[in-house]
Amino acid sequence: MTSYLQLSNITKSYGHFTALDNVSLSVDKGEFVTFLGPSGSGKTTTLMIIAGFEKASGGAVEIGGQSISQLAPHQRNIGIVFQNYALFPHKTAVENVYFPLQMRGVNRSQGLRRAEDMLSLVGLKGFGHRHPKELSGGQQQRVALARALVFEPSLLLLDEPLGALDKNLREQMQIEIKRIQRSLGVTTIFVTHDQSEAMSMSDRIVVFEKGRIEQAAAPLDIYHRPRTAFVATFIGESNLIPATITNAMTKTADNPTLGPFDYAGGEALSDGQNVTLLIRPEHIKLSRNPIEGRKNVRMKVETIVNYGDNALVIGRAGELSMRVRVLGADVVIIKEGEECCISWTPEAVFVITK
Amino acid sequence: MGMSLSRLTEKTNIWPWLLLAPLGIYMLVFFVVPLADVAIMSFTEPRVSFADYQKVLTGTLYQRVFVNTFATAAFVTLSCLAVGYPLAYLMAHSKPRTAMLILLLVTMSFWTSFLVRTYSWMVLLGNNGPLIAFLQMIGIEQPPQLLFTRFSSTLAMVHILAPYMIMNIYSVMKKIDPALIRSAESLGAKGWSLFRHVYLPLTAPGIANGSVLVFVICLGFYVTPVLLGSPREQMIAGLIGHQIEEFLAFGLGSAMAMVLLVVTLIILTIYHRRFGLDKLWG
Repeated sequence: MTSYLQLSNITKSYGHFTALDNVSLSVDKGEFVTFLGPSGSGKTTTLMIIAGFEKASGGAVEIGGQSISQLAPHQRNIGIVFQNYALFPHKTAVENVYFPLQMRGVNRSQGLRRAEDMLSLVGLKGFGHRHPKELSGGQQQRVALARALVFEPSLLLLDEPLGALDKNLREQMQIEIKRIQRSLGVTTIFVTHDQSEAMSMSDRIVVFEKGRIEQAAAPLDIYHRPRTAFVATFIGESNLIPATITNAMTKTADNPTLGPFDYAGGEALSDGQNVTLLIRPEHIKLSRNPIEGRKNVRMKVETIVNYGDNALVIGRAGELSMRVRVLGADVVIIKEGEECCISWTPEAVFVITK
Repeated sequence: MGMSLSRLTEKTNIWPWLLLAPLGIYMLVFFVVPLADVAIMSFTEPRVSFADYQKVLTGTLYQRVFVNTFATAAFVTLSCLAVGYPLAYLMAHSKPRTAMLILLLVTMSFWTSFLVRTYSWMVLLGNNGPLIAFLQMIGIEQPPQLLFTRFSSTLAMVHILAPYMIMNIYSVMKKIDPALIRSAESLGAKGWSLFRHVYLPLTAPGIANGSVLVFVICLGFYVTPVLLGSPREQMIAGLIGHQIEEFLAFGLGSAMAMVLLVVTLIILTIYHRRFGLDKLWG
């Protein structure tokens, strides 16, 4: 499959500061890709380079095999939803949505009809005559989305569009955006620093850190097989244990505190190699006594954070701080300050080499 | 305990009023009372009658002066807009150094007393002034009369009032969210269409503020038209001064002042209904 959006060796520097360092990525047509990373990681800069508001210091951007690097923003035919929606305050909702069509010479009656249709699609039928300030945050968001989609853009860019919404509305909009994106099949790039948003919405997540792409993969791949320790910590809760490979053939590793234990995944490792072992908190079992057939470790419970349906138990095994996720009912057996046993199977251990 | 606390808050509530008192008394003595006096004089001087109002509203001279005043105010407002809008745009969107320089020039002109600015126009446009000398130098033997014409008074009023326009528009331009412009660009707008459909409407409040301010100030402008303008094309404030100083026609002068005041209030009311007077000063 040939890629639709192609970023090749994009570099951006401001004086001595390198904001983007050799970023390359291909995105398939219709794909929903999320740029995830902390602020200043380069995700928004990359988005602005695709949109044409920032000029790359080097590299090329192509859509459908055509270079767009030389095009001005208004020539790129890319729909953008900005963080604060950027709706025109002097225009009504339907006029806002009609605007890109107006700029493309679509006549008024036809354009307004298409704008109304698009408003219906985003669930705002009958709100067209309102001005942005008469709409709630979620409704403004939908108008912005309709406006960015009505002209059938070749690409949809969403710049942290849910940042300003409260939690419930946010989850609702995540589902809405996904539904609309699927129904139109538009290739979409979504920028966020919220990992759960990235997990729930994306076909693929691109993790940015310090101007580089750390990893680009499907959400579950990123979660279960992070390429770097940064990705492992940025997405989900994690236990990272420094270890040395003792025997790559039999897949055993050693940590000074926890002693020897087996791992399942990870190839091309060599004896004596220093690695980081990732064990997700939900893959660790908490019990009073050791369980046979698993790697067992004693842990002193320090803190229990209760979430109702589950709890996070934080404790100490030697000098290692460990996090264990337990389902709500299980937490009753343990109290803060008590000693217990934590255990896992080799399948729960993933080897990270970076 | 509760009692004394509530007494204390009651007491502190008087403070804002006490602090306002000097200004309140000042305004009462030097603004409200004289204004009321003018209002009373307008139909009691020299005896109780509305004859002066009748004269002002029907006399051809007065009608002509009113029309002239409004036409001049409108022209000055439009000229200020034509000069001010591009300048405000430069100020709002240039590099900080350039913007600072323009801002400095505008405010320096604003800080200079307008009497001084009026006199400097007299020097510049006078028969022995540099402009006439220049015209003669390039071979125009009979240069046109520049000073004491509608041209000179309008020019000076535009100069004096333009900063009001510029500052009003500038403050609105400065507050425009750059994301709006970017968003318009991403949606396919550029150049003139971007300006007409997005930028201009977004700056409309500044244009309205500046225009009302300039127009209203211009309606009652006294010194500049009197000193620089043509005696045959007076503006209303000049005519009022004339009536009172030279003919001691307090009744007629007051009636004219009241008509001007009412017209001004009507304009401000319309503006207030549409935009809100509180926004007039940014």
